[in-house]
Amino acid sequence: MNLVKILRNAFLVVLFSFVLSACATKTKQVGQLQGDVYTGTDTVEYLAKGVPDRVFFGTNESILTTRSRDTLRKQAAWLRKNPSINVVLEGHADERGTREYNLALGERRANAAKDYLMTYGVSSDRISVISYGKERPVDSGSNPLSWSKNRRAVTVKAN
Amino acid sequence: MIRKIQTIVLLILFFFPNNVHSLIEVDITRGNLNPLPIAVSPLFSDEKTTSNGKKELEISDIGSEISKIVENNLRRSGLFNPLDKKAFLQKSDIAHFKPRFEDWGLIKAQALITGKVSLIDDKLKVEFRLWDILAGREMIALAFTTVPNNWRRVGHIITDKVYERLTGEKGYFDTRIIYVSEKGPKTRRIKRLAIMDQDGFNNKYLTLGNELVLTPRFSPTNQMVTYLSYFKNLPRVYLLDIETGLQEVVGDFPGMTFAPRFSPDGKKIIMSFAKDGNSEIYTMDLENRIVEKITNHPSIDTSPSFSPNGKYIAFNSDRSGYQQIYTMKSNGKSVKRISFGKGLYGTPVWSPRGDLIAFTKLHKGKFYIGVMRTDGTGERLLTENYYQEAPSWSPNGRVLIFYRETKSDSEGKGFSAKLWSIDLTGYNERLVETETDASDPSWSSLLSN
Repeated sequence: MNLVKILRNAFLVVLFSFVLSACATKTKQVGQLQGDVYTGTDTVEYLAKGVPDRVFFGTNESILTTRSRDTLRKQAAWLRKNPSINVVLEGHADERGTREYNLALGERRANAAKDYLMTYGVSSDRISVISYGKERPVDSGSNPLSWSKNRRAVTVKAN
Repeated sequence: MIRKIQTIVLLILFFFPNNVHSLIEVDITRGNLNPLPIAVSPLFSDEKTTSNGKKELEISDIGSEISKIVENNLRRSGLFNPLDKKAFLQKSDIAHFKPRFEDWGLIKAQALITGKVSLIDDKLKVEFRLWDILAGREMIALAFTTVPNNWRRVGHIITDKVYERLTGEKGYFDTRIIYVSEKGPKTRRIKRLAIMDQDGFNNKYLTLGNELVLTPRFSPTNQMVTYLSYFKNLPRVYLLDIETGLQEVVGDFPGMTFAPRFSPDGKKIIMSFAKDGNSEIYTMDLENRIVEKITNHPSIDTSPSFSPNGKYIAFNSDRSGYQQIYTMKSNGKSVKRISFGKGLYGTPVWSPRGDLIAFTKLHKGKFYIGVMRTDGTGERLLTENYYQEAPSWSPNGRVLIFYRETKSDSEGKGFSAKLWSIDLTGYNERLVETETDASDPSWSSLLSN
């Protein structure tokens, strides 16, 4: 009788640890998304050491997250230190929306980033804006993670 | 007593209606599960015409080729069932003058098209007849002359006349489709403006593919196209003359213009202009170049569509928080939201009949093409897909063409973009064949107007 109890408890412990490890894997998979804003660095390039070139958005959103604002402050600081450099802000959308609305949404995202750079001392005549809507994805996948990498505003050196 | 007689007379009129019309009628307002069996006899041509056809147009049998165009059009409409020519008992020249109705009835044809074509001295002369087999009568007899190069249009015009006689509605076969031809990886698509006959023939490219081009639309006369181009990396609305290939930018806007269409009278371009994060709808008069601002709201306002009488505009706005469809007077007043279902709505297009607005809807990860009345009531979804959008109406307001994209893996494998069409009834959903991948289709009005 005792043996059966021990075996049953052992079985339950093993089962429980499987469940726990499964949960751990799940958290890893969503680690690159916060809400549905991409927080990874897969597609990120750098304007200079420590200055990421892009910020990401949630579906249908043009709001800047805390992380985005942090990135843009770094970009602004770098641009203030390099006053001869002009930039183009490219706004993009994911493929899960109608084409024309996505062109407008890309423009809104690029301007959200531009406005923030201006708040941190970058003059507006150093920043031009272009929207590519959903025409230039950086990730060709058809899944939420790929889409999140495409919802972006990228700062590109113009000269 | 008089009352009784009146009632009896009324009852008689009700139960025995005066029917001088033929017995054949095709109902296009309901899904058609019984396409009308129709025999399309090859058009008869004499030896001179056949040899001229071979010499001048490089067609081995012009009468047969024209009838094939008619056959394919009728089949693709989903309303007709063209019968196999091998079963035909009467020869084309005899049938055109006096069909033996019993012979045609034997193969179960209810209607018959016969005709004659002659190509002499650089003139293409066509006569055709539509026969009601059941009633044993001629329904239409028409003749016309055109230039030899229009030989495919002859087939389309015949189809339009037959369709109109049998359904009571104008046809849509003598028309063209303008669209964006696509190639290459998803991350760097090469796009070119292309134009083709609605049956997929005579495909021609209008731009080279050096810059991104999107969302083309015909002018009401079908001579011009307006579209978005990223020429010199500046996204702007352009005009293109289909004959000459000449392109010019529309206006002098200090920012992105996009989503362009012509007004129904062809005199103005209506489009969106984006500045400082806000997209508004503007018009520009093509003659005097006067620009008018139509919407005035910090939300995104785009995808405008005029009603056929030019008095109203349907458009896409997220002023309520998410993409919805609105209508307004053409001066921008009386803005009214008309979409209220669950999900996001976009790409409103006003039917040429004025009665409906077609749209794209996104709900719970699925895309729908649907229609609603112009006040937003009667929403009806026609088809569902992983991704589809941007319906465009046939000129008779009975068929919608749109495009679909497929899923792809992170390398872009599996991706394709194709044009599809569906009837307003929700039936007859079919692929529209194109040489390359394709998107952003727009249907011309009837060419023969």
